[in-house]
Amino acid sequence: MESSELKRSKDSVNSCESARRSSFPDEVLERVLSLLKSHRDRSSVSLVCKDWYNAERWSRTHVFIGNCYSVSPEIVARRFPRIRSVTLKGKPRFSDFNLVPENWGADIHAWLVVFAAEYPFLEELRLKRMAISDESLEFLAVSFPNFKALSLLSCDGFSTNGLAAIATHCKNLTELDIQENGIDDIGGSWLSCFPESFTTLEVLNFANLTSDINFDALEKLVGRCKSMRVLKLNRSVSLEQLQRLLVNAPQLAELGTGLFSQELTIREYEELESALSNCKNMHTLSGLWDATGIYLPALYLACTHLTFLNLSYAALQSVELAKLLAHCPQLKRLWVLDTVEDKGLEAVGLNCPLLEELRVFPADPFDDEIVHGVTEAGFVAVSFGCPRLHYVLYFCRQMTNAAVATIVQNCPDFTHFRLCIMNPGQPDYLTNEPMDEAFGAVVRTCTKLQRLSVSGLLTDLTFEYIGRYAKNLETLSVAFAGRSDWGMQCVLGGCPKLRKLEIRDCPFGNAALLSGLEKYESMRSLWMSACNVTMNGCRLLAREMPWLNVEVMKEDGSDDSQADKVYVYRSIAGPRRDAPPSVLTL
Amino acid sequence: MEGSVAYDNDLNLKATELRLGLPGTHEEQQAVSSSTVRNNKRPNGESDARNETAPPPKAQIVGWPPIRSYRKNNSQPKKTESEGVGIYVKVSMDGAPYLRKIDLKVYSGYPELLQAVENMFKFTIGEYSEREGYKGSDYAPTYEDKDGDWMLVGDVPWEMFITSCKRLRIMKGSEARGLGCGV
Repeated sequence: MESSELKRSKDSVNSCESARRSSFPDEVLERVLSLLKSHRDRSSVSLVCKDWYNAERWSRTHVFIGNCYSVSPEIVARRFPRIRSVTLKGKPRFSDFNLVPENWGADIHAWLVVFAAEYPFLEELRLKRMAISDESLEFLAVSFPNFKALSLLSCDGFSTNGLAAIATHCKNLTELDIQENGIDDIGGSWLSCFPESFTTLEVLNFANLTSDINFDALEKLVGRCKSMRVLKLNRSVSLEQLQRLLVNAPQLAELGTGLFSQELTIREYEELESALSNCKNMHTLSGLWDATGIYLPALYLACTHLTFLNLSYAALQSVELAKLLAHCPQLKRLWVLDTVEDKGLEAVGLNCPLLEELRVFPADPFDDEIVHGVTEAGFVAVSFGCPRLHYVLYFCRQMTNAAVATIVQNCPDFTHFRLCIMNPGQPDYLTNEPMDEAFGAVVRTCTKLQRLSVSGLLTDLTFEYIGRYAKNLETLSVAFAGRSDWGMQCVLGGCPKLRKLEIRDCPFGNAALLSGLEKYESMRSLWMSACNVTMNGCRLLAREMPWLNVEVMKEDGSDDSQADKVYVYRSIAGPRRDAPPSVLTL
Repeated sequence: MEGSVAYDNDLNLKATELRLGLPGTHEEQQAVSSSTVRNNKRPNGESDARNETAPPPKAQIVGWPPIRSYRKNNSQPKKTESEGVGIYVKVSMDGAPYLRKIDLKVYSGYPELLQAVENMFKFTIGEYSEREGYKGSDYAPTYEDKDGDWMLVGDVPWEMFITSCKRLRIMKGSEARGLGCGV
């Protein structure tokens, strides 16, 4: 829900009144508007006039809140009386990298209490980077009799006991999706908590959990949930167990295997291969922990219609990947580890002409001694073979301006360009120049660019380019870059659609911070850490902009005047009251 | 906590100065979790000067590269467990007013370790021989192993030693001589 203020001129109200008199019943309007799904369209609709605002709020069933502190649950409940599905995001993204203190906030409980009172028929809850306790999960499980779908992404604060409560009480559950969370894994008995009579589960993802699960309970559960289409297992499930599950669930569309390494007899291998190839609907495959060349061929027949292959837990070599990709002609999304090296990426370029998304993760991100991994050559090879590429996340140890220029020439449709040259401040390794021209080429050529992460040695010129050319940019991530305030000022002065700006370890100070005063109200949030911003600068910002929450997180032992970590976001709920002592709200 | 003190050669206050730092180092060790890396000009990986002797651990920047922690935990198990945390053990010396702590992983073998301990407490350990233990001084380095037994330092291979050593004790006088005279 965007917190834009309603600007209605007197004229539009009057014209609305006259239109109303020519009778367009509210019920019809609501009926029409109920077909609108996009929350951005709905925001636009609600601004037309008072009637439309009301019709929209009565017909809205799903609310998306990008920053849980931008609004309060009471305000949401007051405006939207008929919500059945909620998506909430909490902590700033840099909390994924341990830059946000542990007890920062974003606790879901206060929201659940209001929802229990106002939305007793709530069906879906999707949380990202929120704190949720076992007590909250239990409260959720017993408060909403129609509850159907729970998705927790990058959340923390709960254990498998909370999952047990969900399994026990949610009789209509269709989706349980637990991804990438900081979960206290006490054990797998939560799976046995699903009653024998329970058959409605369609999505089950527990790949994140580390401990052994009760396989017997899982097998029975999968056997009786005939509508299951997404099943993502954790590492503890063996190949033999996988085969047993698959024979009872050939309808699966998305499969996440467990450990893909075990000693199998010929017969066991053939049974596995057969079970996998029987999954005619399978379009997404992940898991594959520790997969090696030996058993990958078991997948070949299953890969014919695959559109998303996630190999980021399997340290494959280039040859193994090449052989596998020869069987994946329909691939649109591919995630790999950089163990496949440039040769592996060449194979991607040769075998996957329909590829739209590529993510290459580093197998050994903290080891400088490694001279393997991928280079600019691999990325260039993919760009030649995959002209439809529009989403890339690429971790590498060397890059050149020329390579990036070639890449965007081959693939001008990038919407998400996230390049991480892992050594901070590293120049073009051939010319020793800054990487400014690389990102200049990206923003000039890729007019649809929505998200950009920059890296390498960058001067203010990069940010001049970004401010001038990146007309559709919404999210920008910057680290160890820039020379002066001017860089950040360029971005804040340009980029008309900027919503999220996250900066760390850059020489941007108060002048830069304060140059974006009006801009911040049209943005969701700004994060600045280890920059040159001071407490006084933050206080000034807070004073000038009452609709912004300006929060400062202090590090132990730092100078009193420095604002080590600053998080600024617009809010109609006012300053939050649940901030821990380490977070100062100015 | 005192800052620098005038070092009188006779008293050698430096030996008993309370400060942070590994034995044998003269500067404070860089805070490992600092993210205040401001200098944008950074040499390529290889051109960091690396000595032949044990290089100082490269300060890891918090949250960089930006990899989610679940990814670090779930991917291939690391080849060597020895990357990362140090093995800190207490070192006591008979007669010294307080104990010290050292990180065993910083040393590559017994000679380095013993040299460091000698420097720390300002004494000399004798020559080690398998038959006779430490000859030629009043001191013998001992350690408590996983079973709670007090062992003479040097008898087992270094790798085995650092995984089984719980604490060190420099024994002095008659006790030490008892150990030195063959077992």
